[in-house]
Amino acid sequence: MIRLVGILVGLGFTFVVLLTFLVGAYTAATEPAAETAEHAFHLTPKEDVHFSFEGPVGHWDIAQLQRGYKVYKEVCSACHSLKQVAFRNLADLGYSEAQVKAEAAAWRVPGIDPNTGEATTRPGLPTDAFPSPYPNSVAAAAANNNAIPPDLSLMTKARHEGSHYVYSLLTGYQEPSAELAERFPESLPGPGLHHNPYFANLNLAMAPPLTTEGQVTYDDGTVATVDQMSQDVAAFLTWTAEPKLVKRKQTGWPVLGFLLFATILAWFAKKSVWANAKRRED
Amino acid sequence: MSFPWAKNYEPVNPVMKFMDEKLPLPRLVYNAVGAGYPVPRNLSYFWNFGILAGFCLVLQIVTGVVLAMHYAANSGIAFNSVEHIMRDVNWGWMLRYMHANGASFFFLVIYIHIFRGFFYSSYKAPREMIWLLGVVIFLLTMATAFMGYVLPWGQMSFWGAKVITGLFSAIPLVGEPIQIWLLGGFAPDNAALNRFFSLHFMLPFVILGVVILHIWALHIPGSSNPTGVEVKQESDTVPFHPYYTAKDGFGLGVFLLIYFAFVFFFPNTLGHPDNYIEANPLSTPAHIVPEWYFYPFYAILRAFTFDFIIEAKLWGVLAMFSSILVWFFLPWLDKSPVRSGHYRPMFRKFFWFGLIPCMAVLFYCGGAPAEEPYVMISQIATAYYFLHFLVILPIISSIERPEPLPFSITEAVLGSDDSAVIEPAAKAAE
Repeated sequence: MIRLVGILVGLGFTFVVLLTFLVGAYTAATEPAAETAEHAFHLTPKEDVHFSFEGPVGHWDIAQLQRGYKVYKEVCSACHSLKQVAFRNLADLGYSEAQVKAEAAAWRVPGIDPNTGEATTRPGLPTDAFPSPYPNSVAAAAANNNAIPPDLSLMTKARHEGSHYVYSLLTGYQEPSAELAERFPESLPGPGLHHNPYFANLNLAMAPPLTTEGQVTYDDGTVATVDQMSQDVAAFLTWTAEPKLVKRKQTGWPVLGFLLFATILAWFAKKSVWANAKRRED
Repeated sequence: MSFPWAKNYEPVNPVMKFMDEKLPLPRLVYNAVGAGYPVPRNLSYFWNFGILAGFCLVLQIVTGVVLAMHYAANSGIAFNSVEHIMRDVNWGWMLRYMHANGASFFFLVIYIHIFRGFFYSSYKAPREMIWLLGVVIFLLTMATAFMGYVLPWGQMSFWGAKVITGLFSAIPLVGEPIQIWLLGGFAPDNAALNRFFSLHFMLPFVILGVVILHIWALHIPGSSNPTGVEVKQESDTVPFHPYYTAKDGFGLGVFLLIYFAFVFFFPNTLGHPDNYIEANPLSTPAHIVPEWYFYPFYAILRAFTFDFIIEAKLWGVLAMFSSILVWFFLPWLDKSPVRSGHYRPMFRKFFWFGLIPCMAVLFYCGGAPAEEPYVMISQIATAYYFLHFLVILPIISSIERPEPLPFSITEAVLGSDDSAVIEPAAKAAE
């Protein structure tokens, strides 16, 4: 009885799903889905850059993180916050306590006037997070053609291949190809938008932020090409997204080493326990 | 319970004697996972996964309880509190990666455990109750994992919660009120996050309780084995300790190596980048998917795209829930007297060339975008899924001619039964 009911139910589901398959197949055959501009022109992040923190023994390039921080401070921070990162975290980048204090004090963060209680700004403290340049999201949208500049703290973890994504996006601005203009004229950048094949929908509200060599003056003498600045800020944003990345990899090796040793011991223990149990009597 | 030749617990130490009289907990352990539990001597490494699943449950509870000390279940600050754990809590990043990847590995282990059960028909008499409790554990684990994924309050958390609770809105008439009641609002918000946290904390202990019943039920008939022939005599078994404690110890080592390789070197590979974007009710992600371990069921849900008598969405929901509920009926759908797939030629072919590829396809399609050809492929796989469990299994169990079975486990291991010799455990352990 239960099997009869089972067979009927099974055949029922099969019938319905095959029916829906036939309907879908008919639709697909008669009105094939139109290809989208994103599908045809979106590019996955460039893989030709290697970052020092990649790979199983990756490590931070402190000089690069400091350069990246400078790019963020002088360019990105005009619109983007880093609300998960505090100034005290800059100690990870090799800055001394005094330097961190001075660095923090150079930023203005939201505060309260102790005499009047009115909202004001004050110099940052090491415990403050990198502030947003806008008082709220309405102001951010109003200042940016209705596109709110996202917080960058976690950007490299919030995209596939995040570090390469940031680098590709910053170096990927280009004129839309003639092919795109011909096949998908509606996907050409509208007013205030910029074509970038690494961006999900190809049209980005952010104007190319890094445009000229020497836009940022590096303290360590590195030539600040657009490519170099893009790499450096991508590395910096990888650090802001996961400050414990290198510590994680460094912790992993002893853990795996210990486990490998323990597993080999367990293998021999198992072998010796079972040595007598399976032997055939010849 | 157990077999007449099972070793008896005899405490020597006066403290243990006292304990045994007042509260025979050591005796319980001895009989459950000690030398007092005789186990078939021929278990393969596929029999390691029960212990591993138990280990994963404990790992999730331990890491989860500590994470809960730092996490704040409030839609305003939940996302930031998770980042606080990742950045400022001592070793918080490791705990969270262990917990997040622990969920994935828990499911990996459970899936292998379940498919071991499918191949060796572990659900058949006298082990139906173990199987039924196992399916209950699986359903509870799915619910727990789903609610856990909502807690970081990222984009996938929010939209996943919205899609999954939205399934209930497919129920005619009462669907929408049920969804609102489940969420405590019209959309996922603080009320939903709070109750999901509460349930996510509570359910693992319910799972632990059902696991105890699962193991209790296991100890009535004893473990199954790769031949599917029941234990007949002492030479068919070895004591659990030291034989299987040693084997499980090695299995656990291998498991931990792979697991920690992911925790330390690929901690986000099994997750989704969108969940590092804070939940935003006004911005729908282009591509909403659940965690990988729900892909096959998500593929079945999305396979129904045509309103046949009832709404397509309701068909999808019915099919998705039925796809797991059919497992409850397996002991009665598959009536073949032979358990092990090794001796069932037709069953074996349908398992390896039907069910396994079907599941692989459903896994793939569940994670793919809801567009052609993935929808059509998952429709074919869904059809096979239901045919396999509800039509093929009952039919082949009555028409198949099984291959000859060994007389006993001893014969299967040693070639002949009369040469059965098992060294005493103590001697073997030397």
